[in-house]
Amino acid sequence: MSHSPADEHGHEHPKHELSHYAKRIYAIRDLLVEKGVISEKDIQCQIEYQEARSPANGAKIVARAWVDPAFKARLIADPKAACAELGIDAMALNEFVVLENTENVRHMVVCTLCSCYPRPILGRPPDWYKSFNYRQRSVNDPRGVMREFGLVLPDDVEVRVHDSTADIRYIVLPLRPKGTEGLSEPELARLVTRDSMIGVMDALPQLPSL
Amino acid sequence: MNFATGTFKPGDKVRVRDEDRPGHIRTPYYIRGKTGWVERVYGDFRNPESLAFGGDGLPKRTLYLVAFNQADVWGSVQARRDKVLVDIYDHWLEPVT
Repeated sequence: MSHSPADEHGHEHPKHELSHYAKRIYAIRDLLVEKGVISEKDIQCQIEYQEARSPANGAKIVARAWVDPAFKARLIADPKAACAELGIDAMALNEFVVLENTENVRHMVVCTLCSCYPRPILGRPPDWYKSFNYRQRSVNDPRGVMREFGLVLPDDVEVRVHDSTADIRYIVLPLRPKGTEGLSEPELARLVTRDSMIGVMDALPQLPSL
Repeated sequence: MNFATGTFKPGDKVRVRDEDRPGHIRTPYYIRGKTGWVERVYGDFRNPESLAFGGDGLPKRTLYLVAFNQADVWGSVQARRDKVLVDIYDHWLEPVT
């Protein structure tokens, strides 16, 4: 397969040497455009859609659930409808399940088969989420993974690892940290890290210093 | 969630079929042949083994949340109550009596 940095069909390709898989994906993209299956505009719209999603959406949902028990109940019963209340469009998700952490139970999410992730809510997954290392160890050494993220749990806390192998996407509702009664809802949202919604760590115990 | 036509209900003890065949299989290897129980019935979904190859995914298959004790999956255990939970379609499960 030949490849030039700026080729005849009018868009720039990266100038460094591409991997086999990168070359393949560009070739497939070019063919799809050439054959009229999708347009350059479709691709751009999809990139913009993906970039507009971020863990801030999830943090907003979690903070509201912490301050409003009725909202939390609705969030667990019908997550899509609860997201819509906050102006977050989760309809692109097939099915969406919220896993509530408690003092006695922690949830952790992985996709051992590929990289299934609640993208319409949280945006793109971190690279480590897609790594073979995480995908293997999350299921057979979840406590080891959590320890590396700074979370050490006593043995009587139940760890439940969810392997999202099919149509369901999961998000963890982390525990509200103790001593945060005085914080406002937007401040609480700042405690909710992306990784706490994947479940490898708890929410931050206090506001990060800027 | 969707309407469910499958054979199992929450609490049923199930074993994951220990089969190997080519195709777009959404049942991970590490869980095949293992015994757990149905935690939740998610409803009927189009079959990804057909969808992946341009098929219509019909008939739909019931999808379950199936729980396994970590010890039953790996033979050793970090903490007694720890579990791994996998989403598995009806045709990959068999009843355990």
